[in-house]
Amino acid sequence: MKIHQISVFLENRPGRLAGLCQTLAEAGVNLSTLTLAETGGFGLLRLITAEPDKTKEVIERAGYAATTTEVVALQVPDRPGGLASVLRVLEPHGLSVEYMYAFAMRKGGDAVMVFRFDNMDRALTVLQAAGINVFKPVELFGA
Amino acid sequence: MIRNLWNDLNGTFFPESALDYMPVDRLREVQLQRLKAVTALVYDHVPLIRERMTAKGVQAADVRRLEDVRLLPFTSKLDLRDTYPYGLFAVPMSEVVRLHASSGTTGKPIVVGYTTEDMEVWRQVIMRTLYAAGYGRGDVVQNMFGYGLFTGGLGLHGGLEAMGATVIPMSGGHSERQILVMKDFGVTAVCCTPSYFVHLLEVAGRLGVDFKRDLKVRRGVFGAEPWTEQMRQYIEITSGIKAYDIYGLSEIVGPGVASECLCQSGLHVFEDHFLIEIVDPANLAPVPDGVEGELVITTLSKQAIPLIRYRTRDLTAIETRPCACGRTLRRIRRISRRSDDMFIIRGVNVYPSQIETALLKTEANLPHYQIVLTRRSGLDQMEVRVEVTGEMLRDRLSEMEDLQQRLAHSIEQITGLHTEVTLVQPGTIPRSEGKAQRLLDKRNEGK
Repeated sequence: MKIHQISVFLENRPGRLAGLCQTLAEAGVNLSTLTLAETGGFGLLRLITAEPDKTKEVIERAGYAATTTEVVALQVPDRPGGLASVLRVLEPHGLSVEYMYAFAMRKGGDAVMVFRFDNMDRALTVLQAAGINVFKPVELFGA
Repeated sequence: MIRNLWNDLNGTFFPESALDYMPVDRLREVQLQRLKAVTALVYDHVPLIRERMTAKGVQAADVRRLEDVRLLPFTSKLDLRDTYPYGLFAVPMSEVVRLHASSGTTGKPIVVGYTTEDMEVWRQVIMRTLYAAGYGRGDVVQNMFGYGLFTGGLGLHGGLEAMGATVIPMSGGHSERQILVMKDFGVTAVCCTPSYFVHLLEVAGRLGVDFKRDLKVRRGVFGAEPWTEQMRQYIEITSGIKAYDIYGLSEIVGPGVASECLCQSGLHVFEDHFLIEIVDPANLAPVPDGVEGELVITTLSKQAIPLIRYRTRDLTAIETRPCACGRTLRRIRRISRRSDDMFIIRGVNVYPSQIETALLKTEANLPHYQIVLTRRSGLDQMEVRVEVTGEMLRDRLSEMEDLQQRLAHSIEQITGLHTEVTLVQPGTIPRSEGKAQRLLDKRNEGK
C-alpha cells in the first residue's frame, strides 16, 4: 500500500524552512515525519502527513512549489541487522532505494521507515512476497 | 475594400476604423499636410527645436515632401528630461487638460500633456486599436493597466468607454481579486502587460480557476513592454484567449501608436497621426524597409507636446508585404527588444528577450525569471534566477540539478555566455504590476 509524500522546493536560505513550518502549523497540519535533502543552492523537503492532499493545497496556497510522490512505509525490525534484512530482499531483484527516512513513531516495538524505490510497483510485490509489513495509511494515521 | 470596413467578428460598422483603409496616396497627402503644420508649430512655439533647426539651417518652409522630415533634428528622452517639466510644450498650460508622466528608471520622470483635441485623437486611435483586435460594444473589459500617471490605464479606458464597451477600471495588482472579478463579472476581454497576464495565469491556477472552462475571456491586448512570439503562444495555449500586441509610448501619446489586427502579423501604425522612420541607431541613417533599426516617430497631430523625429529606442523593421486584413496602414514588426534594454556583458550584446527564448526552449511554460548582473574581481557575471513552479518540480535532487543545467545550457547556446542559473522559490522574484523588471544590474554597486 503506497502512501503519498509531499515534496516542497526550498531555497537554502535562512528562515525558509521555518516559514514553511509556520504555514503548516497555522493550517493545523501535523507532520508525521519529514526529511530534508539538499544540494548547494536548494533543497527538497519531503513530508508525510495524514492528509497529503490538504497538505499540498495548504503549501501551494502559501506560494510554494510542491509535488506528490508515492512512497511506502515499512516495518523494520528494531535490532542490529534489521534494516539489512529488509534491503537484502530487494537486492536479487535489482531494485534500489532512492532514499529513505524514519518515522518518529514505532509500531509493535519496531521502527517505521519511509522508502522510495526506483521501481515502486515491483518493490511492493517483492516486499509483500517476502512477508515484510507494508503499512496502510490507516495503520499509520488512524481512521 | 468596403467589406473590410465592417468588423468581421460581429458585423458592426466602425466609422473610426475607415481611416485604417485610406488609399495610400491620400494617406501620404494627409501626412505631408500635417507634417508641415507640426513643423511650423514646433518652430514657432518650442525654443529648443527652433534653436536646433536654426543650427542646421532649416526652416519650417523647407519641408516640402514627406522625405524632408530627414532635414529635421532628432528629439530624445534626454531632451524631455533636460526641459522637465514643460519645456517641450507648444501650447500654454491653459490649453492643457491632462498630464501624464512616464516613470523614468533613473532620475526625474518625463511629463507629457494633452489638449482637448489631443484627448480626442487619443480616444480615436485607441478605438481603432481595439476594433482591430476584435473588441466591440457588448464586451466586458477588465483594464489592468495602471491607472494614474502612467498612460496605459486611462489611455485604454478612454477608448474603451468611447467605443461603448463595458470597462472595469481595475488597474494592476490584487491578483486574486482580479481573477474573482474576471469570473464573477463575466469578463470577455482584458488589457494589461503580458508579464502581468502570465502572473495572473499562475494565480488562477493556484486558485483552481481554469481559464478555458471557468472564464469567458476570449481576447486580450497586451503591451507596455517588449514580449516575444513564444510568450504569445504560451499565453494563447494556456488561457485559450487570442493575444494581440499593442504598441505605444507616453512620449508619443501612450497606447494607440500601433496595434495588431486579427491577422497577428505585425502592428499597423496609425500613420495618419504618426510618421515613422527606421534608422540605423549607430549613424542615424535611414535603413530600407524590412531591415531592423530604431523606430523614430514624428507626431503629426499632437498639439500640447508635438515631437519631431523622436528616437524611441525600440528596435523593429517595416513589414514590406501588404496585410491580409486590407488595412493600408504600414506595419512594424513586433518589438521584442529595445536598444535601452540591451546590456553588454564581457563584450557580448545580450537582450533580455534572448533569455526568455532560451527558457522557453527548455520549459514550455515560461517560468518567472530575473537576470542579475554582478561584478566579481572585475569580471562581469550573469546570473539568471528562475522560479520553480509545481510543474517543474521533481522529487529527485538530481533531476532538479539536471533542469538547472539544461536551462544554463540553453542560455549559453543562444547568448554564447556561460550563465549561472539559480532556482528560486515561487514568488520570490518581485512582481511588478506594470512593466516586468527582468534585469537587475548590480555591477556598479559596491566595489
